[in-house]
Amino acid sequence: MKVKYFAWVRERIGLAEEQVEPPEGVGTVGELIAWLSERGESYAYAFEKPKVIRAAIDHVHVQPDAGIAGAREIAFFPPMTGG
Amino acid sequence: MTAIVTVRIQEADFDTAHEIAALAKGRTDIGAVVSFSGICRGNDHGESIAALTLEHYPGMAEAEIMRHADEAMARWPLNGLTIIHRVGRITPGENIVLVVTASSHRQAAFHAAEFLMDYLKTSAPFWKREERDEGASWVEARAHDDAAAARWTRS
Repeated sequence: MKVKYFAWVRERIGLAEEQVEPPEGVGTVGELIAWLSERGESYAYAFEKPKVIRAAIDHVHVQPDAGIAGAREIAFFPPMTGG
Repeated sequence: MTAIVTVRIQEADFDTAHEIAALAKGRTDIGAVVSFSGICRGNDHGESIAALTLEHYPGMAEAEIMRHADEAMARWPLNGLTIIHRVGRITPGENIVLVVTASSHRQAAFHAAEFLMDYLKTSAPFWKREERDEGASWVEARAHDDAAAARWTRS
């Protein structure tokens, strides 16, 4: 699946997007954050406060307990500050 | 007449008077137009701000704004609405965002404009980065913006 990062999450990780293949057992958004956090220091830094991180699956906001099966695109970003 | 919904995300500036006129053009069913303009400030708590840079999530930003536009159309008797959100670098005094709502009567137009702005602030995927004297930093979300959006939630 494609994973996208925005704002300071993108800056900390150093990537705007990437393809990832999480293993079985990574079934929810929260579990995906935990799995990504293990990929290196930059990821651990980006996700150091997982409760702050917002997520969207296929352009719709979701909570950490949302399932990721069938998702085409999952995005992680800080709380929004537009308007 | 059918309601016209316009949602645009763009780098270019917009002309507020033109957008209001375009929404009401040729119609006699509109009795009230409310517009809200969000403008880049040059200071925050006494510190000067040189510019803002707006980042957004292409695709989701349009979809999220459209979802709230649809909800506004369902909740209030609107004749039309226009939402424009700029992205990229914006300097003090420049427009950031525009919401225009049109209805037969003022109350629906006022309420819908406020509802749309409250949700744009907290739920549309845009992020502001501020350039200050000491460097650039991401703007932090404010709790009072969440509270403002929460009051529109129907139980």
